[in-house]
This record gives sequence, structure tokens and C-alpha cells, in this order.
Amino acid sequence: MNNFRRLFLTRFVVVGATIATGLLKPLQAIAAEWNKIAFDAKTLPEALKGAGLQNASESKDIVIKAPDIAENSAVVPVEVNCKIPGAQIISLFADKNPQPLIAQFSLAEGVEPYISTRIKMGDTGNIRVVVQAGGKNYVATKEVKVTIGGCG
Amino acid sequence: MADPMKIRAQVAGDMADIKILMNHPMETGRKKNDAGEWVMASQPHFIQNVTITLNGKTVIDGQFGSSISKNPFLGFKVKGAKVGDDLVVTWVDNKGEQRTDKTKLEAKPS
Repeated sequence: MNNFRRLFLTRFVVVGATIATGLLKPLQAIAAEWNKIAFDAKTLPEALKGAGLQNASESKDIVIKAPDIAENSAVVPVEVNCKIPGAQIISLFADKNPQPLIAQFSLAEGVEPYISTRIKMGDTGNIRVVVQAGGKNYVATKEVKVTIGGCG
Repeated sequence: MADPMKIRAQVAGDMADIKILMNHPMETGRKKNDAGEWVMASQPHFIQNVTITLNGKTVIDGQFGSSISKNPFLGFKVKGAKVGDDLVVTWVDNKGEQRTDKTKLEAKPS
């Protein structure tokens, strides 16, 4: 009886809380939950593990367009163009950043496997793009040099 | 309420070229100390979720970390889009603030 009561209460509270937050923030409820473990990871292996992207094979079909030398490390333009058919998730990493995972994009059908954005880079290092397509992971990297205090 | 986004959504053929500029500080909270190590100096404040729908159907579901640059830019392309289609962009940040902006796809000027 106690067990039932406990179960009932926890379920009730959880459902109640879900409804309450759902009413207040309907969009957060609909959007995929933010992957805290992967984004908070401090090292690349941890970030890749958190995102479930450890086993990726190198691919020449992912083209990363970014400057060889970043003039402003706070605004590094990155363009990803992917020729792998059925690309579903594009993940961006900067290997040397204090938190390597930068962003993840889930693409619906009809969306071109192309993303253009601007990122911050803490240090010279690789931009790493992992593409998930048909249950497989593909990876490509591009080195960007960051000049710190170049104006000093 | 955060400032509105700037959205440019143009269709050429059946391909929509969409560019979004969001207004957000994207504060990592991290600073380098004198020894060159990253330390937390303030509260992080950054967009976490970005959802983009076209005619009510989600086309991109994005998750951001604080390493996306200040005033985030996002460009992407959608096939099979038409002039007049409704584009809705919503972001939610780590403090629960959010903003939604809408526009209609336009024909690309030739």
C-alpha cells in the first residue's frame, strides 16, 4: 500500500510538474531536451561520448569552410557542406575549447545538409564536424589558427 | 524581451536560402586568468535551443552551447519551399527567456 501510494504520489507530482512547465514554456517541452552532459563536457572524448558520437569514420564528403587563421577568435565563420545522403544530425566541435561541443542541428527531411554559423575558439585547434546519417557517424576536421593578442 | 531577430528567407527555384541573426549576448561566463587558464568569472547566459518551423513543420532543431558567437548567426537551405511559406524561429536560453519571430518566404530578387 505504501509502495502504491509512493508511486502514485511521484507520478502525480511528475505529471503535474510536466503540465505546469508545459504551460509556462511550451516550446521547451516540444524542443529536444538540451544535452547537458555533452555540452558541459570539458574534454573532447567526454563530449563525443555524451553526444553518442565516439565511433565515427573519416569522410571526405563533409566539407568544412573556415578561415585558416582566425582574425577574431570570438567570431569564426564556419560553413559545413555535407554530401552524405540522408544526413540527419550535424554536430560541431572545437577540440581545444574549454567545452568542446559547440552546437548540434537535427535536420528534417528536405533540409539540405548545410549549416552556416559563427563560433568562438579558445585556442588554435581543429574544428570537428560529426554527421549522423543512416545510423552511422562520419567525421571531418579543419585546423584553425587563433592568434591571441595579435594587435598588442 | 530580447530584441527581434533579423531573418532573410529567399526562394530561388524550389530552394529556400534562410539566414537568421539572433540578438543575444551568448556569455560563456569564462575568462582567461593571468596564468592563461580558463576560469568562471560570471554567470553563463546563452541560447540553448533553437527551433525553426516551415508551415508548422519543424525543419531544424538546434542545440547551442555557449561557444556560439555573440548575436548568433545561422544559415541553412530547405528544398521544396515556396514563396509565401511561413517561417517561425524560436530560441530559448539557459535562463528560460525566449523569443519567437515570424516571416514569410520571399522570392529572391534576380
